[in-house]
Amino acid sequence: MSADKEIKFSDDAYALVQKIIKRYPEGKQKSALIPVLHIAQAEFSGWLSAPVMDYVASLLSIASIEVYEVASFYTMFNLKPVGKCVIEVCRTGPCWLMGAEDLVKYLEKKLNIKDGETTADGMFTLKTAECLASCGTAPMMQIGETYHESLTLNKVDQILDDCRATVTEPISHWSKKEI
Amino acid sequence: MPKVTIDGHSIEVPDGTTILQAARMIGGDIVPPAMCYYSTLKTSGGYCRTCIVKVTKGSEKDPRPMPKPVASCRTTVMDGMEVQNTMAPDLQEARKGVVEFLLINHPLDCPICDQAGECHLQDLSYQHGLAKSRYEFKRREFEKIDIGDKIKLHMSRCILCYRCVKVADQVCDSRSHGVINRGDVAEISTYIEKALDSEFSGNVIDVCPVGALTDRTFRFKSRVWFTKPVDAHRNCTKCSGKTVLWMSGDDVLRVSARKDKYGEVEDWICNDCRFEKKSARDWTIEGPRHIDRKSVISANHYEKKKSLKIDVSNQSKIEERAHNPK
Amino acid sequence: MGRKLLTENINVPGIQSLSVYRHQGGYETLKKAVGMTSEAIVEEVKKSGLRGRGGAGFPTGLKWSFLAKPEGVPRHLVCNADESEPGTFKDRYMMERIPHLLIEGMIIGSFALGANSSYIYIRGEMMYVLHILQRAIDEAYEAGFLGKNILGSGFDFDLYVHCGAGAYICGEETALIESLEGKRGNPRIKPPFPAIKGLWERPTVVNNVESIMAVVPIIKMGGDEYAKIGIGKSTGTKLISACGHINKPGVYEIEMGIPVEEFIYSDEYCGGIRNGKELKAVVAGGSSVPVLPKSLILNLANGEPRLMSYESLSEGGFATGTMLGSGGFILMDEDTSIVKNLWTFTRFYHHESCGQCSPCREGTGWMEKLLHKILDGHGTLSDVDLLWEIQSKIEGKTICPLGDAAAWPVASAIRHFRHEFEEYVTNPQNIKKDHHYYRVNNISPEFA
Repeated sequence: MSADKEIKFSDDAYALVQKIIKRYPEGKQKSALIPVLHIAQAEFSGWLSAPVMDYVASLLSIASIEVYEVASFYTMFNLKPVGKCVIEVCRTGPCWLMGAEDLVKYLEKKLNIKDGETTADGMFTLKTAECLASCGTAPMMQIGETYHESLTLNKVDQILDDCRATVTEPISHWSKKEI
Repeated sequence: MPKVTIDGHSIEVPDGTTILQAARMIGGDIVPPAMCYYSTLKTSGGYCRTCIVKVTKGSEKDPRPMPKPVASCRTTVMDGMEVQNTMAPDLQEARKGVVEFLLINHPLDCPICDQAGECHLQDLSYQHGLAKSRYEFKRREFEKIDIGDKIKLHMSRCILCYRCVKVADQVCDSRSHGVINRGDVAEISTYIEKALDSEFSGNVIDVCPVGALTDRTFRFKSRVWFTKPVDAHRNCTKCSGKTVLWMSGDDVLRVSARKDKYGEVEDWICNDCRFEKKSARDWTIEGPRHIDRKSVISANHYEKKKSLKIDVSNQSKIEERAHNPK
Repeated sequence: MGRKLLTENINVPGIQSLSVYRHQGGYETLKKAVGMTSEAIVEEVKKSGLRGRGGAGFPTGLKWSFLAKPEGVPRHLVCNADESEPGTFKDRYMMERIPHLLIEGMIIGSFALGANSSYIYIRGEMMYVLHILQRAIDEAYEAGFLGKNILGSGFDFDLYVHCGAGAYICGEETALIESLEGKRGNPRIKPPFPAIKGLWERPTVVNNVESIMAVVPIIKMGGDEYAKIGIGKSTGTKLISACGHINKPGVYEIEMGIPVEEFIYSDEYCGGIRNGKELKAVVAGGSSVPVLPKSLILNLANGEPRLMSYESLSEGGFATGTMLGSGGFILMDEDTSIVKNLWTFTRFYHHESCGQCSPCREGTGWMEKLLHKILDGHGTLSDVDLLWEIQSKIEGKTICPLGDAAAWPVASAIRHFRHEFEEYVTNPQNIKKDHHYYRVNNISPEFA
């Protein structure tokens, strides 16, 4: 996002935000904060800058610090720019039992980045995640809203190739469907 | 009125009184230490876990003991409740654990910390801590930050008591700082660097139990025990104007609110009184400040010789131990 | 074959949709429920003996009966779909496949509690499941199961899905409520309990997905009938999510009381340990509960077979028992390093600690660092003792149960596998070579 571009939701996103706010009692619009931050992250290149968070604060009539406090608490919110595809690999016990550590190593080697880093071409960001409730289909990773389960190295190669071939815009957890 | 017994002392207290408040009504050694609770800040307390006590009898109606230690600052007294604090060795052991946790990431930089001498963590670790830390890993470090030209935030020293956040919520008209991130990297922050803009923001310094928030106008001017605290007041349109001046000769080195024996502010003061009135001529001096705290802050006290004696005897014990280790 | 109350229709093609769900008898129980009084529904749930399926095992009917009902104050039922306990994936499985069962349960539960609007709090990572639920909710509105005057009962009810954004702690009910209010997931200090002051200070009941789903068969068959299934105070069926080194990982609905041995080795369930290996250890109820060696998970200390029930799994206390917890069954074969597996758990709790109270904030990180030191071959025997000491100083001293959840795996691993820690400490050179001595699944040997 360029610095001088006005920070404003698209009409669709704005309408959705208003719809979400109505799900909570009057005066409790702060409850919409987390869903709205998901939408904001999808709208603004996959991460939440301070101006974006200030914008969300103004939409919900709350103080900016209340947004910073929340955005920095939850791991799904990126407070730094990320690649178009954020790969979140589960590393917790059940996945570890099934080789998650090697999966992370493989991805680090293949993408030539470490956990938390983004590839030079801005395509991939690698993040390790804690248990994603996919223990029976371990090892696994998540890109956007998609769970990639029972992974093998071949599958991982295939997924990365698919991403390179098809992804042009950043993928977020909120896939611009109903939330 | 429910009756509660704490370490063998019974007292009747109004409905809704917490165990900690009841203990303070009884007074003396049985009062549990508190690092995050602040009686005048709503919803404070419960975080630090230093004030935990053992409830050996829940109430007359339901005499079962509580299965775990409870935070005395957030547990309401029930009629017939029986509580152990100093009487329970296992509880003392548990509290020692809490103190150790509070200290493992603390920089222990008391020699260069402005809070030294009036630091509640210092007092707590002196009374309940282990002599030696068992923590051998790198301590958590944060950059020092200026939040405005009057307040210094030294996050490495913070114990996340949330008091300053509650001051901003309840005393100031708006809040621009809070707790960001989570777990052991959680920090007090404004996120993007900015000043706390409120006429009462200086009170965050007074409520901070450690040296995380300090007064930049007093920074490194003097050790607090070399200053002479006096009660003073002035006509102020914003606050009560009742303060303590921390003086060296005729110089006012620092202005703070008046605090009770538990270190709690009696009247919030405004930033004008705190930061801008640094001349004795600005104030009507009432007389020496009585400080009723077992702490270094009282050590050099000229007003109360008795407490001086106690501290000296403590000091000689420490020296004796230092020279004759077991 | 045990009885299936929740998963009976799970494999019916199209069961995600309202029409197929109804074709299988879906929403018939709702029709029955709205003809009952709310007290009668609560009574049936009480009679069923249903215990909270999220992990704590608190009787659901009792929880419902605690709900304060002050005049003029709205009440809420909140579904805890923040499933994040390592080893647990039953709720996701169910919501994904049969979303209307949850919605039917939510309507019946809310009707019984007098809640006119309720929320399903789903973890943010499961956004695709949220879309499945939202579609199902939209269908239910269209069919008149949600909205004004449901089935002519005069009961108005709105149901919303709300998403989190990555925080295990939000599975704790008061942290979940805070999160639903748009705040950090910091657990509240109790009392007051949510039943008195919960969401927006209103009386609130928070129930796990499986608990709410189980209300449907309970009302359908009657609480007494439901209570006949199972054993003792462990009534009904339970979803167990099994993972790790087994032939058939997955979600299984069991009748409470079957032997653990049968669950692990029979082809109906886990199908035994894969690759012909021996079972080494089991975490029976999600990562928080004590790990047990093979001998103690299959049999009680007195040699009798251990059963899949709340009581039998906790038989012997923590000395020789564990807990049913959330039903997340993690099985480890003979090649698994208990110490390293523990480290991943401890890292998890360190990562997920909210940071509010000092024992958990500071203690979880300390334990992780010590375990890392031991795994790296730099540990000493006194580090193992220190680890024990730290967990004991966390347990029971924190605001919420995350402290206990972080402490118990450490305590149990040292209790039952101390020799393995000592091996790491005394023979680091042997361990180092074989540091990751679990077998790697599906991953080529060059990375093993």
